[in-house]
Amino acid sequence: MLDALRLIGHRVVNGVWRLGYASRFFVLTLMRSGTSFRRFRLTMREIYFAGVLSLIIIGVSGLFVGMVLGLQGYETLQKYGSAEAVGTLVALSLTRELGPVVAALLFASRAGSAMTAEIGLMKATEQISAMEMMAVDPIARVIGPRLWGGIISMPLLAAMFSAVGVFGGYLITVVVIGVDAGAFWSQMQGAVDFRQDILNGVIKSIVFGIAVTAIALFEGYDAPPTAEGVSGATTRTVVTSSLAILGLDFVLTAFMFTGV
Amino acid sequence: MNRTVLDLWVGVFVVAGVLALMFLALKVGNASETYNVGQTYALVANFDNIGGLKRRAPVKSAGVVVGRVSDIQFDNDRFVARVTMTVDQRYKFPRDTFATILTSGLLGEQYIGLKGGGDDKSLQNGETFKFTQSAVVLEELIGKFLYDKAADGDKSAK
Repeated sequence: MLDALRLIGHRVVNGVWRLGYASRFFVLTLMRSGTSFRRFRLTMREIYFAGVLSLIIIGVSGLFVGMVLGLQGYETLQKYGSAEAVGTLVALSLTRELGPVVAALLFASRAGSAMTAEIGLMKATEQISAMEMMAVDPIARVIGPRLWGGIISMPLLAAMFSAVGVFGGYLITVVVIGVDAGAFWSQMQGAVDFRQDILNGVIKSIVFGIAVTAIALFEGYDAPPTAEGVSGATTRTVVTSSLAILGLDFVLTAFMFTGV
Repeated sequence: MNRTVLDLWVGVFVVAGVLALMFLALKVGNASETYNVGQTYALVANFDNIGGLKRRAPVKSAGVVVGRVSDIQFDNDRFVARVTMTVDQRYKFPRDTFATILTSGLLGEQYIGLKGGGDDKSLQNGETFKFTQSAVVLEELIGKFLYDKAADGDKSAK
């Protein structure tokens, strides 16, 4: 009984301790991120690995999500004789929620896990210690560019996801099912507002980009330098950042889309 | 510093992202018809009942969107709703224009309809509509209908 209580207390204190360490790590990275812009090539390399290489998974899943939304939306809306509103449904769900959230979940599992594994392995093979020996700051040289690469890539990926998704919805409802193309686009344009819907979606994706890369980098940096430690850290990255995305999404939605 | 293949790919990535954003803004959203701040003027209308009218609801004349509702407030002196709308500078309305709260479709969103009058002078920035008509509240209509029916029933019984 007492042991169980002690275990719980230990877990809580440990969790808070780690959170504090993570926050300090994040602030330190931000403070030393001058290098990421002075030597922008380093950041560019990370944009390539995190963003460009995620293009295919983002494009394909965006297309399918849009097509499913089109099919399901049409199925329900045609019962009420308003099949043209399917454009509005697809565009609003994608720009407000699905675009940023699903793109961030995919980004977390594709790029975030890779970042954690890479940094964890660098630590396990003592590359990070070697850098410190050579008076190269590993946070400025390794962590900073990855953080900024993720923050720059994420909104672009989310915008592409939404755009491809809208195209997928168009493909299914207009080209395959035969909803009128003019009504599809005009109803969509009537309902989607640039500031309210699209810019808020972009803000969401920037926040998710910060959260995912910060979690991935911290887990990698904090990983025990063993094979087991790195694999555990990679799993934790995906789990923690997915939960963080969904939680943050709720908070941001509550702020953005109420009391209009 | 040499150009590399990596630069090309990052360039392609950024261009694709910006294109996607532009597609969302112009084709999906309505950025192309958002009014600039300098090119609008404000008009005020007092309604007895605004029903379900909300901020940012469209202001239409002859079915064309000419502006948006910018503010809704309760006037505690006269017990009416004070609705401020911003209207595109290109459109001028006579001073006896009729402002009505209408509903798009049977259950759609509510908007303000403007019907031009015959006055020579047009409404200036900040002026108030003289003629307004409140929103139709379905419950009141049903109530009236039932009341009339009951009155009719009394008459035929006699």
